[in-house]
Amino acid sequence: MFNTLKQIAAVTRFSFASLPQRLGSSASAMLGIAGVVAVMVGVLSIAQGIMSTMTSSAGMGNVMVLRSGADTEMTSGFGGEDARLITEAPGLKQGPDGPLASRELFVIINLPMRSTGTDANVPLRGVEAAAAEVRQDFEIVEGRMFEPGLAEVVVGLGAQMEFSGLDVGSTIKVGTAQWPVVGVFSAGGGISESEIWSDARVLQDGFRRGNSYQSVHATLDSPDRFNEFKDALTSDSRLNVQVMTEAEYYSEQSQVLYNLITVLGSLIAVIMGLGAIFGALNTMYTAVSARTREIATLRALGFRSGPVIVSVLAESLLLALVGGIIGAGLAWLAFDGFRAATLNFASFSAITFAFDVNLGLLTLGIVFALVIGFIGGFFPAVRAARTPVALALREQ
Amino acid sequence: MKYFSLIFASLKRKKLRTMLTLLSIMIAFLLFGYLAAIKTGFTAGVEVAGVDRLITRNKVSLINLVPLAHRDDILQIDGVDLVTHNTWFGGIYQQPSNFFAQFVVEPEQYLELYPEYVLSDEEKESWFSNRTGVVIGSGLAKRFDWSVGDRVPLLAPIWGQKDGSENWEFEIAAIYEGAEQGVDTSQMFIPYDYFDEARRGGEGMVGWYLVRVSDPDRAAQIAEDIDRAFANSRDETKTEPEGAFIQGFANQIGNIGFIITAIVSAVFFTILLVAGNTMAYTVRERTNELAVLKAIGFTNTGVLGLVLGESLVLTAMGGGLGLLIAWLMVSAGDPTGGSLPVFFIPATDLALGVFLIVALAFVVGIFPARSAQKLQISDALRR
Repeated sequence: MFNTLKQIAAVTRFSFASLPQRLGSSASAMLGIAGVVAVMVGVLSIAQGIMSTMTSSAGMGNVMVLRSGADTEMTSGFGGEDARLITEAPGLKQGPDGPLASRELFVIINLPMRSTGTDANVPLRGVEAAAAEVRQDFEIVEGRMFEPGLAEVVVGLGAQMEFSGLDVGSTIKVGTAQWPVVGVFSAGGGISESEIWSDARVLQDGFRRGNSYQSVHATLDSPDRFNEFKDALTSDSRLNVQVMTEAEYYSEQSQVLYNLITVLGSLIAVIMGLGAIFGALNTMYTAVSARTREIATLRALGFRSGPVIVSVLAESLLLALVGGIIGAGLAWLAFDGFRAATLNFASFSAITFAFDVNLGLLTLGIVFALVIGFIGGFFPAVRAARTPVALALREQ
Repeated sequence: MKYFSLIFASLKRKKLRTMLTLLSIMIAFLLFGYLAAIKTGFTAGVEVAGVDRLITRNKVSLINLVPLAHRDDILQIDGVDLVTHNTWFGGIYQQPSNFFAQFVVEPEQYLELYPEYVLSDEEKESWFSNRTGVVIGSGLAKRFDWSVGDRVPLLAPIWGQKDGSENWEFEIAAIYEGAEQGVDTSQMFIPYDYFDEARRGGEGMVGWYLVRVSDPDRAAQIAEDIDRAFANSRDETKTEPEGAFIQGFANQIGNIGFIITAIVSAVFFTILLVAGNTMAYTVRERTNELAVLKAIGFTNTGVLGLVLGESLVLTAMGGGLGLLIAWLMVSAGDPTGGSLPVFFIPATDLALGVFLIVALAFVVGIFPARSAQKLQISDALRR
């Protein structure tokens, strides 16, 4: 056992020592793997970014009420009386001004994207004062909050970065009226940052919605009281609503987009991975054939095939590891935090998000690189160990 | 051509290495072809958009309806040839993930405006005469295995019926084909008369107008005229050519073109490294043989040609195979199971692929070929 380890160490040292002589092919295999890992991590970080934007907005104990049967806020709707009943349900957390519940409207308006100048469907949400407390991380970062009752808006940080005409002091056109932008808010990187907020009552008038709302966002006294809250609303014969946690709602909303990108991203990664395996195989076969005589000499001296296989594999894994780290690092440098906007089909409105290269993805990238390295090294390793010594020694 | 056997002989010299290089080139072109199809899927419709068609929607956003009364005003505008309207139905078939587009249309005018949705005269007739009949695209029919006569239940959260129910049921009256590749066959068209009779809410309002102009060169001017007619009214409009509208929509999803170009460039750069390195290695290994060839009378240019030819044969085989497999994979269907409305490799991208094959062969082969060309017989043989 000890002897085997010593042999492995010796042969591996040989192959690593001769690496610089094979710099060209080794570097190309390494960069190939780096490229594959960078692309894979980059594409998947888009999906991660969307997912974390959608889910980080959902505070623990936050609930949403929509009209029964509506799959999004966009298609939901109920009268002002129904909305009032919802805010009076048991289980809601009480603030100084009553329950932490905000009756909201959700519409979209068109604004040009900064990147292309073409229109995007930007969500415009009408909220009540409690909305800022329901979204725990809500914070005005520039200007001030809108005055209730006035036709003013505050814009999310993400929306301000992606769409033109949302700086404090500018105005947006709603119908025939101009509404001034009075502030910019952040919301812990969540989905709200893609939105524009105004006073719900003002929005009702601006969009001729009468006294109607589309959703109620609220915070529970404690997450345990969800069922109590839900049962109270669903058993109320005056109401026809569905109740869900915000987390449920938003993860459902992002599912289609997340799956689409993940499926496409993984498919691309697998195909590219195959290409990288061929590249690694090529490199390792070349490395082995360049060292045919050297390996044969070692075996003639009494080194067994096990250590020879391990040494070739170790070289391949080392190249893959370095390639994987370079690739993951590149992806992290280039993509992490990169901001973009896309259209969420579920709500037909824009969401802005940041690419998210997290530890899980980096690990996945490096593991993927090692898998490529293992497959790419395995067959050449076996070949090196199997070639008859006499034949190999005679080879040029 | 008589040198082909020589080229093949040198490729066969190290079969395994040639095979692996060929496979990595194949992968690069497979990805190239496949990503071209994905890009087409995301920007569906831009290429087939009619130059004579405009879209007039509510200026606030696409989800805000426009009054039906606008129709006559638009028809009055000089240069407008035909006006019809669409409304987004937004029905859910069984579950939200089965999403497909449903538009409420005026059947006769709509088909006149969109000749690319192909129906026979009998099929048209049976649709026009069927009050609850809908027309679906062949792609959609295939996706859910629907055929003419099937009844499709849809839950429409946006559009309740007068009796308060949100459940609608339609009968498939006909299935349309696309007149050319790239026509979206994943849609359903619902007749407006039935929809309008049954719906509760939104009476007198429609989604947006589709306008055909008699002279495409004047389209921009006509679009301005339409918007001016409704300026400062309760329902201002925004009119743009169909192509611009679709492109704007694709832009919202993201800069797909850029992402795909970035991926393809990364892949090609990688393959270039791997294949270039292999070619250089092969030539270095064969220094002796190349010198012998020169000694028996091959010219410098001849040797250059041989090495370049070898590179071209290798990339052509690998690239051709890759494009072929991409084409087969794309024909097998879209990987998202129906989320992309169209999915095919456009001819222009195939042509670009062929160009890239030649370019790759040249870039990969030129350095080893040059060094083979410059090889001095006496030096090389002495090594």
